[in-house]
Amino acid sequence: MSDHALNRRREERRARFLLLAPAMFLLLIAASGPLLIVVVYSFLTPGDYGGVVWEFSTKAWFNVVAQIDFFTEELTLADAHLSVFWRSLKLSLITAAMCLLIGFPTAYFIATRPAGQRDIWMLLIMIPFWTNLLIRTFAIMELIRNEGTVNSLLMAMGIIDEPIQMLFTEFAIMVGMTYVYLPLMILPIYASMERLDFNLVEAGYDLYATRMQVLRRVIFPLVKPGVVAGSILVFVPCLGAYVTPRVLGGGTQLMLGNLIELQFGQLRNWPLGAALSLTLLMVVMVALIFYVRAVGREEQRHG
Amino acid sequence: MLDSQPAKSFDQTQIPPSGGVPVIEIENVTKIFGAGKEAFTALDDVSVTIQSNEFFTLLGPSGCGKTTLLRVIAGFLDPTSGTVALDGEDILPMPPYERPVNTVFQSYALFPHLTVRQNISFGLEMLNRPKSEITETVNEMLALVQMEPMADRKTSEISGGQQQRVALARALAPRPKVLLLDEPLSALDFKLRKEMQLELKRLQHETGITFVFVTHDQEEALTMSDRIAVMKGGTIRQIGGPRDIYDHPAERFVADFIGDTNFIEAELLSTSDAGAQVKLASGMEIAASALGGEGSGSGRITLAIRPEHATLDGANGALLPGTLADVVYFGTDTHYHVDLDSGGRFVVRRQNQPDQAQTGTVGDKVGINFAPGIGQVLRD
Repeated sequence: MSDHALNRRREERRARFLLLAPAMFLLLIAASGPLLIVVVYSFLTPGDYGGVVWEFSTKAWFNVVAQIDFFTEELTLADAHLSVFWRSLKLSLITAAMCLLIGFPTAYFIATRPAGQRDIWMLLIMIPFWTNLLIRTFAIMELIRNEGTVNSLLMAMGIIDEPIQMLFTEFAIMVGMTYVYLPLMILPIYASMERLDFNLVEAGYDLYATRMQVLRRVIFPLVKPGVVAGSILVFVPCLGAYVTPRVLGGGTQLMLGNLIELQFGQLRNWPLGAALSLTLLMVVMVALIFYVRAVGREEQRHG
Repeated sequence: MLDSQPAKSFDQTQIPPSGGVPVIEIENVTKIFGAGKEAFTALDDVSVTIQSNEFFTLLGPSGCGKTTLLRVIAGFLDPTSGTVALDGEDILPMPPYERPVNTVFQSYALFPHLTVRQNISFGLEMLNRPKSEITETVNEMLALVQMEPMADRKTSEISGGQQQRVALARALAPRPKVLLLDEPLSALDFKLRKEMQLELKRLQHETGITFVFVTHDQEEALTMSDRIAVMKGGTIRQIGGPRDIYDHPAERFVADFIGDTNFIEAELLSTSDAGAQVKLASGMEIAASALGGEGSGSGRITLAIRPEHATLDGANGALLPGTLADVVYFGTDTHYHVDLDSGGRFVVRRQNQPDQAQTGTVGDKVGINFAPGIGQVLRD
């Protein structure tokens, strides 16, 4: 290769690097930077009025799962934290399952409409998405509170005498999150469903498969990528949800997001808040790894 | 062509096994899509009986209703009116998965998430057959379509022709009473299509299953079928063996759609059971074939004559005198285009022999002759 060509290649490479640099810089600052700060903060000592004191400590991490009694100096598990963890995990799983239960038939319904109508149905699914999250959450609140639509209707019909307490329960949070995150389940499932060759469904029927068998043996395996994507898209933001549990849980049914906010706010324990955030991040990562692995194994067994 | 393949050859003139019992009886089936002004009649009062162990072809241009009829048999469409019986039993109330009928789809519709073997065993699994039987049948099917080496490949990893074989094996594995084939060869290239035509005939022969085959390719229909139903505009125009349909088309559409045909005007003098007597434009009289229903007595009719059934002779005393207008060499045969004195053009096809000179030159006065009974009186 001539010197000339070599020079040109080197120049090209430099140009490419320079062009990429702003994006790389932004990524570093916007993604890794804050995360790094959180990691550092989780190993510091809380300041008296919020903020941190630059003094190394692992107390925050210790406090995530355990606590020492103030008077007896007895070591116990941090029950309060663990119950919040458990509630977050449980409600997120149930919400993802509910979204799948409602979202899958919805996506199937839309995908089987005539081509011209599908866009309208998708638009209807998207419209709530453009509304402020807080307003949507308050709308749910209006529905399920003691003097709300559901209770009034049930009482008017004489089915119940006293309103059912739904607001400020785990049920309320679950309903709220299902409503808020449902489009995130429908969209990816619809995307895979739309690509589905419906000749395959006919072939299934032709080969003696009943409706349920066609669903289980033909449709579901083929739209599984959409189901996986949708489940992740719902599960992950649910784990860290803040607004919905705050409004519908009424401050008594804390989830991880609320617990973290508390540390940075009223409790003025920034290192603990940082440690809890990182714990959430790790929980999500572990859950995803398990989920993706399980799905992959399934694929190998059937595929 | 068939003689060059002795191992797979079939006598295409073979008559369907005599005493064949009706398998599918379709009576007065009408299918209308949409309603009001948008309504479209895809099938218009169609009645046809398909015999056991028969290779039956539905032939027609696109939009003639042949695929609609197939889908009605399979159960993917409910007819607007009429009945469909299989082995004497009304199958219209049954969903597709209860009908002992399998389909080979035009797009093959193989399950992309399954291997070749899993595709073939799908139907058997749905029927809850015992494991050992499934394994045995699948192996048998793999051998039948010569796909054993590919058994554990995904369907996306095999060629179009191989996918076609897998689709066939998958549909044959549950041993249906009737196999429906929806233009299964249309996606294959010419050479592969020729191979698969013979292959399909062989499979039908070996399995003894009734095949209902849909195609718009008249040559395919002629080569493979025991009987052909020619369809147009949602109706069946003619049913018969390939030879019947080719030699004795009932009407202009059938004659035109299958092969090349010369149409000439003639005058019908009389009809009888044996045929008809017609008078040509030249004043000559000759016997012709007639299927009945042309309307009795005399009148102007159209006579259909296949190009290879006529001969080119001198102008003197010929049935149809004319002038040679064009000679086209085709390799296997030569086409002589003749402008008839009575108007219109007539094509005579003559098989080429080695080192044989062509007959006549353009501008020559020539005559066309054909034997009594060769001309076919058309119904319209």
